[in-house]
Amino acid sequence: MTNEQLIAHLTSAYPDANVKQGTQYPEITVSHDTAHALMVHLKSDASLAFDYLVCESGVDYPAFIQVVYHLESTTHKHFLVVKANTENRENPVLDTVADIWPTAEFHECEIYDLLGITFSNHPALRRYFLDDTWGHPLRKDFKDDIHVVER
Amino acid sequence: MAEIIEKLITTDEIKTDEYLVNMGPQHPSTHGVLRLLVKLEGEIVHNVEPHIGYIHSGIEKMTESLSYPQVIHLTDRMDYLSAHMNNEAVCLCIENALQVEVPERVKYIRTIFDELQRLASHQLWWCASGMDLGALTAFFYGLRDREDILDIFEETCGARLTLNYSVPGGVMFDIHPNFQRKVKAFIKKFRKTLPEYDKLLTGNIIFQNRTKGVGVLTKEDAIAFGVTGPSGRASGFSCDVRKHHPYSAYPYIKFDEKMGTDGDSFMRWKLRMDEMWESLNIIEQLIDNIPEGDYATKMKGVIKLPEGEFYQRVESARGEFGVYIVSDGKKNPYRVKFRSPGFSNLFAINHIAKGWKIADLVAIMATFDLVIPDIDR
Repeated sequence: MTNEQLIAHLTSAYPDANVKQGTQYPEITVSHDTAHALMVHLKSDASLAFDYLVCESGVDYPAFIQVVYHLESTTHKHFLVVKANTENRENPVLDTVADIWPTAEFHECEIYDLLGITFSNHPALRRYFLDDTWGHPLRKDFKDDIHVVER
Repeated sequence: MAEIIEKLITTDEIKTDEYLVNMGPQHPSTHGVLRLLVKLEGEIVHNVEPHIGYIHSGIEKMTESLSYPQVIHLTDRMDYLSAHMNNEAVCLCIENALQVEVPERVKYIRTIFDELQRLASHQLWWCASGMDLGALTAFFYGLRDREDILDIFEETCGARLTLNYSVPGGVMFDIHPNFQRKVKAFIKKFRKTLPEYDKLLTGNIIFQNRTKGVGVLTKEDAIAFGVTGPSGRASGFSCDVRKHHPYSAYPYIKFDEKMGTDGDSFMRWKLRMDEMWESLNIIEQLIDNIPEGDYATKMKGVIKLPEGEFYQRVESARGEFGVYIVSDGKKNPYRVKFRSPGFSNLFAINHIAKGWKIADLVAIMATFDLVIPDIDR
């Protein structure tokens, strides 16, 4: 599908979601409660068939934390960016997509470690890089009291 | 560690003959500081749990307080064997965001450097994984030939490992007057020495017995686990970014995307050997045709990206390397995420190593070509 067809298809299927052409790729922004259902549909629908999760990253915005999924279809060769917004910054929770794409299990552990998003139904959520004395460094309000001494 | 064992014992997850062994963090076949917590029954691997983060350097956090040209200098500390591809990915991302068209000469120089870097990386992978499997002679052959490429790098940009040769808008210096002559001499020499590599290991019956049919990764699993690069292509997953999303001078040249079908350790090995031949072909097509012109376009002193999000993918020696930049219009990026190929590749090992002997785990790891700073970032 071309980008225009993809946008038209997603707009008709998800009238509530925000679908637009981003700077490079089509983007769809959804809230935390509908994200998992959307992603199941993206993978299982034969005309979309997004079977390759290229990249999963988290971004800390002032009002919420966003998880960004870069998806590609190896059969149709189209590309889509899905953005799932969490409810708030204090206790961000999102459904895991590890049941859809196994590689997400490990990317989500990294996001949990660095941004503190809890992924519900995740098979083995643990910190990969840092130990428990650290906070979540990629948050904008992160202050390291233990390792950084301010004079 | 003690807590993990206690938990396993109290929850009856550990059976009578199973035990846990730490492979690493100081194990020669992990090529760095990677700890694999291996659950064994005798010699048979039941589960592999990678524990990473021993050399996590917080590069993504650091980038938030640096300017864009400074970010490039951090990227070749990640996957130090694909330093130039990593530099180029950030440069391309910045150039795409600012819609800067780089001169043709730059595209050619960058692509030649990409392929030289890929050759150097595959040479080091070849010799180190030969050593993992007990063939020490391979190590000397590989390092001997890699010196030639590093000398070419050193002559042009002054560095051997952390190149920093790409800058936004071009490359840092023009190529050295000897560059073309030396590259051609290297190709001529390496075309003779590359068959030696096959003679030494690929055709060796002991080597074949240790790798053929070992650790099969199917195409579906390669896609599901996001295994890219030669490891993914050995399983039949067509994922060459150079072919599907061409950048720099790749649209101008003819080359094959080498593909495998078996997905076993031997196929992953064979595919990297084939890629070396293909890299030589690519360089030969470009080296005589480098167009005249500037080696860089003039960029503003302070680079500010427009507000928005930019994603750039390149093919590094290990697979798909992605840079995701979120910009808020200031001179520092708001957020940078590096999609490193090693991170995704590493976690497929648990899936394919189950049921194999612990010595086969070494063969599987060797053919996945892991670079730990790339995983830990």
